[in-house]
Amino acid sequence: MSNKDLYEYALSLGDNALILGQRLAEWCGHSPALELDIAVTNLSLDLIGEAQLYLDYAAEVEGEGKSADDLAYLRDCLKFRNYLLLEQPNKNWGRTTVRLFLYSTFMALYLEQLQNSKDEQLSAIAGKAIKEVLYHKRFSSEWMLRLGDGTDESKAYVQKGLEDMWRFTGELFAMSDGEKRLCEAGIAVDAASLEAPWNAEIDAILVEAGLIKPPSQAMIMGRFKGHHSEHLGHILSEMQFLQRAYPGAKW
Amino acid sequence: MYTTDLRTKAQKAADAKDTGAKDEIVEASENEARFQARIDDEQFIEPKDWMPEPYRKTLVRQISQHAHSEIVGMLPEGNWISRAPSLRRKLILLAKVQDEAGHGLYLYSAAETLGVERGDLLEQLHTGKAKYSTIFNYPTLTWADIGAIGWLVDGAAVTNQIPLCRCSYGPYARAMVKVCKEESFHQRQGFEIMTVMMEGNAEQREMAQDAMNRWWWPSLMMFGPPDGDSPNSAQSMAWKIKRFSNDELRQRFIDATVPQAEAIGLTMPDPDLGFNEVTGHYEIGDLNWDEFWSVVKGEGHCNRDRLDARVEAYADGAWVREAAEAYAEKQKAKHAAA
Amino acid sequence: MSKGNWDLFEIFIRSKNGLSHKHVGSVHATDAEMAIENARDLYTRRMEGVSLWVVPSKSIVASDPGDMEHLFEPARDKVYRHPTFYKVPDNIENM
Repeated sequence: MSNKDLYEYALSLGDNALILGQRLAEWCGHSPALELDIAVTNLSLDLIGEAQLYLDYAAEVEGEGKSADDLAYLRDCLKFRNYLLLEQPNKNWGRTTVRLFLYSTFMALYLEQLQNSKDEQLSAIAGKAIKEVLYHKRFSSEWMLRLGDGTDESKAYVQKGLEDMWRFTGELFAMSDGEKRLCEAGIAVDAASLEAPWNAEIDAILVEAGLIKPPSQAMIMGRFKGHHSEHLGHILSEMQFLQRAYPGAKW
Repeated sequence: MYTTDLRTKAQKAADAKDTGAKDEIVEASENEARFQARIDDEQFIEPKDWMPEPYRKTLVRQISQHAHSEIVGMLPEGNWISRAPSLRRKLILLAKVQDEAGHGLYLYSAAETLGVERGDLLEQLHTGKAKYSTIFNYPTLTWADIGAIGWLVDGAAVTNQIPLCRCSYGPYARAMVKVCKEESFHQRQGFEIMTVMMEGNAEQREMAQDAMNRWWWPSLMMFGPPDGDSPNSAQSMAWKIKRFSNDELRQRFIDATVPQAEAIGLTMPDPDLGFNEVTGHYEIGDLNWDEFWSVVKGEGHCNRDRLDARVEAYADGAWVREAAEAYAEKQKAKHAAA
Repeated sequence: MSKGNWDLFEIFIRSKNGLSHKHVGSVHATDAEMAIENARDLYTRRMEGVSLWVVPSKSIVASDPGDMEHLFEPARDKVYRHPTFYKVPDNIENM
């Protein structure tokens, strides 16, 4: 384990929260009901707040005098460490719900363990984030039921979303060599060990919602090397526009 | 203002005829006299209390228009959420736009106490029958516009909304108390954006000044037409829905804002602006009311975009709302059977 | 198309333990869980509460404003219910 490992790890936790927060914020002002505009904005606020904490820590570990903003706004695609799942376009409320459900069910398990990390900073952030993520899990699970067991149309949307998103779920349980070293040192979570409990929780909701679990298939991976889908570049070009166009300016 | 009467002359005439007929029936009624006495005595009117039909109608129109303004108002600022220049700014902007959705909901709830349904009010917005504040039909071109909206548009809104906290209709007044409390950070965050940009590089200062130039006049028009051209105000004043005239509130806003602009080095985009030592007030040049009414009529920069965005979100979301309704029905049936 | 005229729920919030729940407004929702979540998002964004009640608005029975006088006026002259009605000798400091 090295500082580089810890930096990359904090970065990946931060990037996950940042990219999903950015995606969910796209719904603000455009969601299916005014109540959902408020709900989805709350989710986004939670996530971007978490991103700030993780990225602050990553910057501190890196020790080059950078800020969380420098990391968020001045890295390109190859340096981003988020799961590919999170950068996929929202498309519709069904697909957005599926993604949030798959991810927050995973993160609830993940953060429960990260709270016990030997790294005090990460354990403290996890302690704060888990409360938020448990709510995201509750919210998205309920919507999985409403959409799955709502109308034929809603079932079709959410089933399609599930099929579109499934190929990105394998990445949740894959660990880089650096993460494995951190895991041995009692700092990182053993993501691979979460696959079985995650599947059990997902299955329970899918059955209740009357949805069909997609068959096992080739999983798409790439985050360790920054080999993302085409979508991340567009997120970054929008998100980073001002910082890139006016280098060094304060806002 | 979010609450300015934006009906055209023809609409007003039709509405007057409509309510006039009913007026005759209740004319000189004891109810009406007692109602006005309660208003004069500064009592709040509550939902189930007797009220004259024109009072109810005026409130429904004003409150729903106010609610629509909050909801449409999410769009110009929402346009910059994905591009906010720092994580801190992104959080602030998200929280602010979210507050606007919340304020829309408080207001729709207040309107619903008057016997209308939110879905019907939204339909009036979507079909162009109901109006919203003209200010949101201007585009947000640079990040400085987010500063200018918070500082000027929210500043003007708060100037108008503070007296509404004492409006005679209880649910509206209570909604306004909550809104004003929550909005207290909105204006400050906008002014902070402007201040930081004015302390920045030449390009940032240019953006800030340009935003000031574009938003100043429309902000002043938010208070509505001059008092002489605002015939319905008298009735609203008598009902204590309105407490101060358009021009009074506009003046209050100008007097508060000009020194703020000067303090951070912005130039007021009005060559006729001057301070009158005798009255202690600023005096401004002429407002372009032709532009105001053309934006009301739908000829503004963004009228079509804003309405399309709302209609689209509502139509695209129909299947989601229907699913939630269907699911609830199924659950109820299940519980009934169990 | 669904107009989203979902059921109305009245929202009551306990701002902190030790205080009773207080009415703050209403929300629309299709079910009670959604009502709790909508109320949480709308009314407790600034830590306004530690507990929520959501009550279907149609379950509330309200008194008629027209009955206000006979319901509430009779209490007006029962001044003997209040401690200030009674004379306490000057040499008694606390009672």
